[in-house]
Amino acid sequence: MSGQRKAVALISGGLDSLLAARVIQDQGIHVEGINFFTGFCVEGHTHAIRKRDQKKEKRNNALWVAEQLGMKLHIEDIVDEYKQVLTNPKHGYGANLNPCLDCKVFMVRKAHEWIERKGFDFIITGEVIGQRPMSQRKETMPIVADESGASDLLLRPLCAKNLPETLPEREGWVDRQQLFDFSGRSRKPQMALAASLGIEDYAQPAGGCCFLTDEQYAVKLKDLWQARGSRDYEMDDIMLLKVGRHLRPSKAYKVIIAREEGESNFLQGYRKGFPHIKTVSHGGPLALIDGEVTDQDVQLIGRLVARYSQGRNADEVLLAYTDLAGETRELRVDPMKPHEIPKDWLI
Amino acid sequence: MKRHRIDCRRLLCPMPVIKVQNAIEDLPAGTLVEAICTDPGALNDIPAWSRINGHRLVETRTDDGEYIVVVEVVSE
Repeated sequence: MSGQRKAVALISGGLDSLLAARVIQDQGIHVEGINFFTGFCVEGHTHAIRKRDQKKEKRNNALWVAEQLGMKLHIEDIVDEYKQVLTNPKHGYGANLNPCLDCKVFMVRKAHEWIERKGFDFIITGEVIGQRPMSQRKETMPIVADESGASDLLLRPLCAKNLPETLPEREGWVDRQQLFDFSGRSRKPQMALAASLGIEDYAQPAGGCCFLTDEQYAVKLKDLWQARGSRDYEMDDIMLLKVGRHLRPSKAYKVIIAREEGESNFLQGYRKGFPHIKTVSHGGPLALIDGEVTDQDVQLIGRLVARYSQGRNADEVLLAYTDLAGETRELRVDPMKPHEIPKDWLI
Repeated sequence: MKRHRIDCRRLLCPMPVIKVQNAIEDLPAGTLVEAICTDPGALNDIPAWSRINGHRLVETRTDDGEYIVVVEVVSE
């Protein structure tokens, strides 16, 4: 094989993958980026939904990194395939529902399939030994390479000198001497390298870019699985877990109450799939009901929704309840008082 | 010029970008791809994806709460 060698870089949008791709570009390799969308990526979603966040910059960091590096970026939808990774992780979960090691193996495997399909030569990641407690440790580096099938086609430029030589190094496509030996949790070596390359603007993710590392989100997802009696989910489920207050007054149903106008607007898009309640006599949130409810339940949910409306101190609040068939009827309720809402209802 | 419409309403980024990307893979050069979105992030993300991957941004506009992005497919 002759001509310019080609590599695909896993691009998360953070600094490490940016640097890994850049240092390989600087060795004359043609690099393109690949970014995986699991459905749990934090990237801009809540900003897009919540009205008070609408003015925040909605930059997709992976796209931004690719543009800074002048390389193509391929975004892969792996939502369906990722269910198996999340619901049955061989290496278990981290502190919450984050299957980080299985996730990394899966993404590198997808990248390996991609390079075989596209005729690329090797794979780059921004992994650094010791950077992450679950997936980026000395012991896990060979696990990712072996279980993904990528083997020695997987090059980690930021810590390559701490690892056995890979094929791109042995073949001389890449000069090992120009790679790095970063290790540990410190970000200083990466920041120094960025400065030396003239890179000043980069994303600073605090605690990762995945909702599965978020404790509150993980609690809501566990509740969903428990209520359904199976560890399954659809895209709409995982989107709705990012929005609103979730309260479960009964095993049979939960209520999702918008916290502000942007969330109400977002939930509007889901009205046809759920029974829902809207405040009529006062300003108030839209609430979706996920599960099966009796007339008595609807009355209780009405009182709960009224509690979060502008009529919370009124004697009576008028609401509209619409069932799954689209039939709407009036509800007149006295809003719940704060002490009437058990703490364990809040998921 | 052929126009290919993609309904990205209710989808949050990056799904609109992915839908545009996957559609373009099968379309001939010169086709106009029109994405109709409700996530305002699409106004940044689809143009950025187009610039990176060598396609031509034709138009972005807001129409009654929807965000429309038109991209012309350019061959490599």
